[in-house]
Amino acid sequence: MARLFDILGPTMVGPSSSHTAGACRLGLLARAILGGTPERALIGLHGSFSMTGEGHGTKRAIVGGLLGFQPDDPRLRESFAEAGEAGLEYEFEAIELGEDAHPNSARLEVELGAERTRIVGSSIGGGRVRLDRIDGFDVRVTGSLPTLVVLADDVPGTIALITGMLADNGLNLATMQVDRTGRGERALMTIEADHEIPETLVAELGEQDWVHWMRRISAWA
Amino acid sequence: MFRSIAEWFEAAEGRGSSLPVAVLRAEEKETGAAGDQIRERIRETLAVMRAAVDEGLGSSEESPTGLTGGRAKRLAEGAPSLLGAAFSAMLSRAIATLEVNARMGLIVAAPTAGAAGVVPAVLFTLEGSRGWSPDELVDGMLVAGGVGAVIAHRASIAGAGGGCQAETGSAAAMAAAAVTYLEGGTPEQVGQAVAFTLQGMLGLICDPVAGLVEIPCAYRNATAAVQATAAAELALAGLEFPIPADEVIDVMGEVGRKMDVRYRETALGGLAATPAGQEIARRAGMSELVELQRRGSTAGEGSARFGPS
Repeated sequence: MARLFDILGPTMVGPSSSHTAGACRLGLLARAILGGTPERALIGLHGSFSMTGEGHGTKRAIVGGLLGFQPDDPRLRESFAEAGEAGLEYEFEAIELGEDAHPNSARLEVELGAERTRIVGSSIGGGRVRLDRIDGFDVRVTGSLPTLVVLADDVPGTIALITGMLADNGLNLATMQVDRTGRGERALMTIEADHEIPETLVAELGEQDWVHWMRRISAWA
Repeated sequence: MFRSIAEWFEAAEGRGSSLPVAVLRAEEKETGAAGDQIRERIRETLAVMRAAVDEGLGSSEESPTGLTGGRAKRLAEGAPSLLGAAFSAMLSRAIATLEVNARMGLIVAAPTAGAAGVVPAVLFTLEGSRGWSPDELVDGMLVAGGVGAVIAHRASIAGAGGGCQAETGSAAAMAAAAVTYLEGGTPEQVGQAVAFTLQGMLGLICDPVAGLVEIPCAYRNATAAVQATAAAELALAGLEFPIPADEVIDVMGEVGRKMDVRYRETALGGLAATPAGQEIARRAGMSELVELQRRGSTAGEGSARFGPS
């Protein structure tokens, strides 16, 4: 559900809340899941993103987001030059995600050292976004709430452990999505909480031997 | 926020609070932010809106396409002011924001960038003549936000989702509600203002020439501001639109969902696909878009690549 400053905002560099601000946020989410500024990015644009993105600065906005620029950062206009300085190599391609995909969708494959991730997301209007896939797993991430992404062994009790730890820290779950590669293999959990997820909880989770990889994503204002 | 205008008004009545306070309480509950912080952020938002209007009115610089830029200034300086100075000032303020937006300037998407000119144009034009205080202006923004949130939930605020009715229509409904509240309208009249606005904007398509947020967007923001003030005038006079706001919003959602994809921001139909529109797109270097527009117009079907959102 939309929040007040989704409607009275975002404050942003023009010209399009979905093609510019939303595109920037998809870049920001890819960066957050990767864990830093990527060295390489392959950016696939689908539908209206591909068709009318040029005049909306969609490409500049996604690259700016990958560099960590917020939607109201004037450096979005010059993000290609900024990418050169930051050592980010990027490439664009037109992609086809099928008829069911939102018209403003993108697929971002980003790399930093040995880290590599691939996200698919959509800009759903007014600057709001939705990630649909992370590394092939179905997810539900909006970036408007503090988010935890956990890749874990698909063994009994992991969900209870995580939700228990969140509860112990006084955190209320807003949404939770679990998707797995196969029975007894690996599961990706995305959890959106009502309040900022403390560093101590992340450290505690990181010590569990069934946790393979984890990211904490701060909510945007 | 609220799922319907009715739910919002009941929440306000139940607590004996005003419409803006009900929005403030709902936002506090959802985000954990304090009311004072929220009001302060609205003041900052208003400052960005005001700066964008001033920047647009003060500049003759054209956008890269030359389609917009400098028009707001020309209008402000040379309008015949058929309905008085405030009328032409309001139109020029709406266009000014969209001109700043087109050249990647800083604006507030309210509710979207493509409709960013409507709320500031209406509020900043009437605040002086109606004597609203800065705090009252914040109340007006809270009311506008409440309306926008309901529309986003029940219908859509995105051109890709519901055409231009979802963008400038939503913005106009937000502005009309704010004006009606600030002018002492009852909650019923605020609802009437929403209904009066949207009934006149149902079916409006999103057909940006060359896919750019310029034409017709800049002028649609101006005429949407007129629609908003007209609706507030009707509602404040006590006229009643017999279909409740929530039901009009639902119709807007239904029309948006049934709207052909060519008319939902894809730039494959409407003004964008006219011979003149294609020529502008070609000059802007969008040959692939022009090719699709042509195929769409001969095959009678928009590209199947653009599924409904």
